[in-house]
Amino acid sequence: MKNDIILAGVGGQGILSIAAIIGLAAVDMGMHLKQAEVHGMSQRGGDVQSHLRISDEEIASDLIPKGCADMIISVEPMESLRYLPWLSPDGYVITNTTPFVNIPNYPEIGKVLDIVQQQPHYVMLDCDTMAKELESAKSANMVVLGAASPFLCIPFERLEAAVAKLFGKKGDAVVALNIKALNAGRQVALNSK
Amino acid sequence: MQKQLLLGDEAIAQGALDAGISGVYAYPGTPSTEITEYVQHSKEAREKNLHCTWSANEKTALEGALGMSYSGKRALAAMKHVGLNVAADPFINSAITGANGGLVVVAADDPSMHSSQDEQDSRFFSKFAFIPTLEPGNQQEAYDMTRYGFDLSEKYRVPVMLRITTRLAHSRAGVQRREVNAENQISLPENPRQFVLLPANARKQYKDLLKKQAGLEQESIESGYNTYTDAADKKLGIVACGLAYNYLMENFADRKVPHPVLKISQYPLPRPMIEKLFNECETILVLEEGQPLVEEQLKGYLSKGLHIKGRLDGTLPRDGELNPNIVAVALGLPNTEGAPVPEIVASRPPSLCRGCPHIDTYNALNQAIAKYSPGRVFSDIGCYTLGALPPYNAINSCVDMGASITMAKGAADAGLFPSVAVIGDSTFTHSGITSLLDAVVDKSPITVLILDNLTTGMTGGQASHAEGRIEAICRGLGVEEDHIHVLKPLPKQHEANLEVIARELEYRGVSVIIPRRECIQTLNRKMRAKFKNKEKGN
Ligand SMILES: Cc1ncc(C[n+]2csc(CCOP(=O)(O)OP(=O)(O)O)c2C)c(N)n1
Ligand code: SF4
Repeated sequence: MKNDIILAGVGGQGILSIAAIIGLAAVDMGMHLKQAEVHGMSQRGGDVQSHLRISDEEIASDLIPKGCADMIISVEPMESLRYLPWLSPDGYVITNTTPFVNIPNYPEIGKVLDIVQQQPHYVMLDCDTMAKELESAKSANMVVLGAASPFLCIPFERLEAAVAKLFGKKGDAVVALNIKALNAGRQVALNSK
Repeated sequence: MQKQLLLGDEAIAQGALDAGISGVYAYPGTPSTEITEYVQHSKEAREKNLHCTWSANEKTALEGALGMSYSGKRALAAMKHVGLNVAADPFINSAITGANGGLVVVAADDPSMHSSQDEQDSRFFSKFAFIPTLEPGNQQEAYDMTRYGFDLSEKYRVPVMLRITTRLAHSRAGVQRREVNAENQISLPENPRQFVLLPANARKQYKDLLKKQAGLEQESIESGYNTYTDAADKKLGIVACGLAYNYLMENFADRKVPHPVLKISQYPLPRPMIEKLFNECETILVLEEGQPLVEEQLKGYLSKGLHIKGRLDGTLPRDGELNPNIVAVALGLPNTEGAPVPEIVASRPPSLCRGCPHIDTYNALNQAIAKYSPGRVFSDIGCYTLGALPPYNAINSCVDMGASITMAKGAADAGLFPSVAVIGDSTFTHSGITSLLDAVVDKSPITVLILDNLTTGMTGGQASHAEGRIEAICRGLGVEEDHIHVLKPLPKQHEANLEVIARELEYRGVSVIIPRRECIQTLNRKMRAKFKNKEKGN
C-alpha cells in the first residue's frame, strides 16, 4: 500500500495544508511518510511543489523518482502540467481549472485544459467556484483534495477525521465547511470515474 | 512517545533541545531558518529561558555560541552555507581553541541553488578546519546525530559540524524522541589559556588539534553511522554519503543492493572501511550530495590505479543535487520518466508581492536615474534582488551580503558617478555598516538606499536588528545629517521621492536615503493576529 503524490501550485496557495491532512491520516494509520517541501525564494509567487510519499513500508528517498508518481494534485491548472515528467503512465492528474495569473505570458487557459484532457487519467474541476458556492472561498484546496480522495489508499472517513483534527481549533463551523468542500470534490471525481 | 512529523531542520532543533543546549545562535538563511524558529516556538525552550533570538550575522552568531561553549554550556549555531563564509574566521579558529561545553555548528548547503547564490559544499570547510563532521541521511539521523554531535564535541573538546542539504532540511518524516538531558552548569575551561590564541599558544593548540584526528577517525569507524554492507557482485563498490544513500536504496525495491555499499555519514573518513572496499571491488562509484570531496580524495591527484566513477568522470552530473533517477543512470539501471513538460507551460519566477514597498522605491529610482547611462546600481541580497527581473530591471549586481555599498564605493573610486547602492535593512545591519564606514571615511560620492521594510523579508519575515536604529547608525558613522532622508515608498509619494533621489544622486559625498514602509506579508500577518485576538476577546 503506497501513494506517491506530487502536490502543485503557486506560492501562497496552501498546498501544504493538503499535505498536512493526508499526512495526519496516514500517520494515524501507522503508515510511513516523507514529504519534501519548498521553502524560501519560490514562495514569493513562484511555482511550488511538494513530494508526498506514504507507504506501509519504510521509504528511502524524500524525492519521488520521475515517472513513478501515482498522482498529481494541483491547485492550479498550468502547474499540474509542469510535473508530468514525474507522473507514472497510469497515474492521475487531479486539478483545479481556475488559473492563477501572475505572469504576463500565461498561456491561453483553453489550451492548458485541452492538454489536461489529453492525459490518460484526469479529474478536472473548478474548485474556486465550487468553494464559493459552498460559501467557503478559502476551501478550494479541500475541494481538489476531495477529488483526489477516491485514488488515495486512505479511507475517506480517515481524511474527514484529519480535516476535523487540523481545523478543530478554528471551531465546528470551519470544520463542517471544509468537510463539505471535501465531499463536493469527491462527488465530482466519483461521477467522472 | 509517539513519533513526531518533523522537518530535517526541526529534528535538529529538537535533538539540540533534548541534548540540553542552553542556546541557539543564528542569522536566518534558507534552508537553515526553521532550526532557530523551531526553538523560538518551543514551549520547553521558553520555560528554560534558552537563548534563541537572532544574531546580527553568522559571525556574531558563531562567536556567541563559542562564548557559551567557553562557559561550559552546550550551544548550537546554525547558518546556511554562505553564512559559513561570513563566520569562517571564528569557525576555523574555534577548531584551534577547541570547545569547552558542546558546540555544534549546522551548515545547511543548497545544491542546485534553490535559494542561494552558489552551491558550495561545507564539508570542504570542516576538512580545512580539522573539524569532525556529521552528515545525516534522514530526519531520525538528524535528531540522533545532533545529540551525538554534542557528546562528541565534549569528548574531544572540538566544535562539530552538522552538514545538511536543502532536501533534508525541508523534508518531513517521523522522528522518535529520546530522553531529555539537563543543561550543563557553568564551568570555565580548566586551562585558562585554552582560548588565548597568541602564536606560542596557538601553535601548541594546533598540534593538539592534529593529534585529535586519529581519535576522531576511530569514532568514524566505531560510531555506527558509517556502515559497510557486503554483497556478492564486487565488480562495483559504492560509497554513498549522507542523503545519496537514500537515492541509492530507492533504486532497489527490496533495499538489497547487489554490490558492497559503504554508507558515509561521519568524517574524517574511516580509512580502513574505504580500504576494504578498495581491496575487494574492481571499480568504485562515489555518490555524494554536493561537490566531489570524497571522490577527489579517493582519486588522488593523478587518479592512477583503481577506476573511480562519480561527478568528475561524468558518471554523475558535475553540479546540482542528486535524485533517484540520476543515481539509477549512474548504476546502469533503466531510467524512468513520465511525459515531457508541454511546451505551453511558462516559467513562473518568484516576484515582489503586490503592494510591496520595494516596488515604489524602484519606480522612483528608475525614473531618477534614467538620465544617466545604465549599469550603476549595485544591489544586495533580499526580496529587493527580484528588482533585477522585469518589469523593473532596476539593479546591476547581487554578490554577497553587504557588497552593494562597498562595490558602489569601489566603482565611485574608479570614477563612476553617480554610483548607487541598494540594500535591505536586515542586510545593512548584517554586513553593510562597515561598508558604509569605508565610504564615509573616504568621503565617497555614493548614494545608498537602505530599503527599510522593518523585517527580514526574503527568509519569511524575521525580526530585523535594524528596526528603529538606521538613522542613528548612519549618523554615528558620520553620514552628514543633511544627507540622510527618510521616504515613504507609496505611489502617491512618487513625485516627492523622485525629487529627493534625483537631488542626492548629484551630491558628491555619501548620501543615505531610507524608504520606509512595512513588508505587506508581515503587515498582513499582524493584522490577522490582531483580528483573531479581537474575536477571542468578544
Ligand atoms: C551570508 C548570508 N546569510 C544569509 C543569507 C540569506 N538571506 C538572503 S536575503 C536575506 C534577508 C534580507 O533581508 P533584508 O535585507 O531586510 O531584505 P528584504 O528581504 O526584507 O527585502 C537573508 C537572510 C544570505 N544570502 N547570505
Ligand atoms: S515578502 Fe515583503 S518585502 Fe518581500 S516581496 Fe513580499 S512584500 Fe515585499
